[in-house]
Amino acid sequence: MNFQLIGVNHNSAPVEVRERLAIPEARLPDAIRSLVQQPGVDEGMVLSTCNRVELLTSSNQGSDLRGFLPLYFGVNPDTLKSHVYEFKERDAVRHVFRVASSLDSMVVGEPQILGQVKEAYAIARGLGAVHSALDVLLSRAFAVAKRVRTETAIGSSSVSIASVAVQLAQKIFGSLTNKTVYMVGAGKMAELATRRLMANGVGKILFSNRTHERALQLSEAFGGHAVPFEHLHDTADHADIVLISTGAAGFLFRREHGERLLARRRNSPMFFIDISVPRNVDPEMGRLDGMFVYDIDDLQAVAAGNTAERQKEAARAEEIVELEVERFALRIQSLAVVPTILSLQEQCETIRQAEMDRIRGKLGPISADQEAAIEALTRGIVNKLLHTPITTLKSSTSEPEAATIHEIIRRIFNLNSRKPNK
Amino acid sequence: MPLFWLRVALSLYGVGLLYAVVSLWGGRPVLTRIMLPAVGLGTVFHFVAIVEYGVLGLVVAPSFLHQGESLLAFLLMAFFFVVYFRYKTASPGVAVFPMAFLLTVLASAPSSLLTSPSPGVSNRWIIIHVGLILVGYSALFFSFFASILYLLQERNLKAKATSGGFWSRLPALATIDEIGYKCLVFGFPFMTLGLIAGSIVAEARFGSRYFDDPKILLSILMWVVYMVLLYTRWSAGWRGRRAAYLAAFAFAAAVLAWSVNTGWHRFIAAP
Repeated sequence: MNFQLIGVNHNSAPVEVRERLAIPEARLPDAIRSLVQQPGVDEGMVLSTCNRVELLTSSNQGSDLRGFLPLYFGVNPDTLKSHVYEFKERDAVRHVFRVASSLDSMVVGEPQILGQVKEAYAIARGLGAVHSALDVLLSRAFAVAKRVRTETAIGSSSVSIASVAVQLAQKIFGSLTNKTVYMVGAGKMAELATRRLMANGVGKILFSNRTHERALQLSEAFGGHAVPFEHLHDTADHADIVLISTGAAGFLFRREHGERLLARRRNSPMFFIDISVPRNVDPEMGRLDGMFVYDIDDLQAVAAGNTAERQKEAARAEEIVELEVERFALRIQSLAVVPTILSLQEQCETIRQAEMDRIRGKLGPISADQEAAIEALTRGIVNKLLHTPITTLKSSTSEPEAATIHEIIRRIFNLNSRKPNK
Repeated sequence: MPLFWLRVALSLYGVGLLYAVVSLWGGRPVLTRIMLPAVGLGTVFHFVAIVEYGVLGLVVAPSFLHQGESLLAFLLMAFFFVVYFRYKTASPGVAVFPMAFLLTVLASAPSSLLTSPSPGVSNRWIIIHVGLILVGYSALFFSFFASILYLLQERNLKAKATSGGFWSRLPALATIDEIGYKCLVFGFPFMTLGLIAGSIVAEARFGSRYFDDPKILLSILMWVVYMVLLYTRWSAGWRGRRAAYLAAFAFAAAVLAWSVNTGWHRFIAAP
């Protein structure tokens, strides 16, 4: 069995190259059909996401995937050359395991990729392009991905600003239902964070902006209440989470504001997320009991810390993948010797039968007892002679010279000229 | 036989103790998996032991230090499971398991069977008094530990260090706050009724002399702090540092009241 993988990803190729190779879902079946029609290809599947395009095949004698790629996409082979990576056999297995476990992703540990691989597999399987060896490989890859997810903490922490904000809010308030968010100012990142908070169930949203129309627009878009900017300080105590992103040059909230807010809230905690530059919240305010103030650098530091944590977990995940590749290779190798053992037994049985027929002719009529004795004798000899080669074949699968031993046995017994009948 | 069950419970609590110690250094997944079944089974055996003591008539006056300790350990474990099932957090175990283990060690010492109640003390009121007080103690302990967790979690959040180790598995600040507050509210009536029951018994039997006892005075002090805690919480929403200091004070008073005079009130000992 020969696994072969060729492709480009976010590391190997810039988006200009990736977008020319990307295959829209509607054209995927066509691409898979063209792939399996290539000479030598037994099975094939295609994975196309915004970060990678990969072709995976299984064949008996290997195939020219490098030639197929430019031909199918109508791209100049020279432009592709430096961007394409190719893996064979064990390396291809490792790559498939790593991709499915999200170790090869742009954001390591992100959960979408496994679903994408599963979908690509389902499409190819539906077309009959994946049936035996690739089927075994992909099922194993899904199991490995699951193992990585359960045995390491690779996907458990947030690495984007918006998700860190949500994670922190949950660390403070637990469930976010019935909590109120105050979005002061506007901006892409603030909107993203608000959207995330909403997705996590916050109850109520207030908007305030120096330009009141903007606050009205936002409150309409998100479904909330717009508050005139001059009432900001009077209304801020209604909010549990205050998300600030304005262009104000100085602090909008100082320590004394914080003290007043806490008094009005009867010391119930507040979380200020200040993503404005220059900052809008005095860090001094964060010293008050029950007041939590995070600025953009703090959020980024948490995200970076989580990323580092993920990297550490990724190293553990790589170990798991390596182990699984080893296991898989063993399994494939032990599968590979099965046909040889079968044909070896078959070959010897044919010889034995032929010799039995010959001796019967020479001996003339013999009794049933004698016939049984000869039968047992010849069988015993054959089995004893075959015992060592068969056990050697079986036990050699884990050794480095397995392929050599396999080939030698096939040659000695002249098995290459015949195929086993199953 | 009850002592045997108590020792079985003790060895199972040992798993919890190990878990508590190890989890401060990051924890072991194996230990986390077996911890809950182990301490759960331990609590069941502990219950069996307590019931048997009751049936054998050995528990008539649990103010005998050892039975009281056993009961307190059991109540702590029961509280732990209530909190665990309500808030899905095993964090209190870090403090509860060592505490329960220690109390059970003391309770399962051989001498605990030798202490027999003197005829004058076997009284329903005393059982009620001690039982109520112990429930109050357990609740107070939980509330105190929750306020420490609150401080630690608050410090973590302020230091902007939220990832890694035992602290990343702490429940949310609001959840810790709720556990502490609910325990306070739950424990207060028990403590109050327990003290009243005790006063009735002592008043009836010994007159006003019982106020000389430091244990009584400490208990009353503890009760006052308890009330201040609740009052500041209701009126000003005190939590965090200030609440933790008060809770620590109340807890210290409770521990002192517990340890002073090793289980006997002075007015009983004095003729």
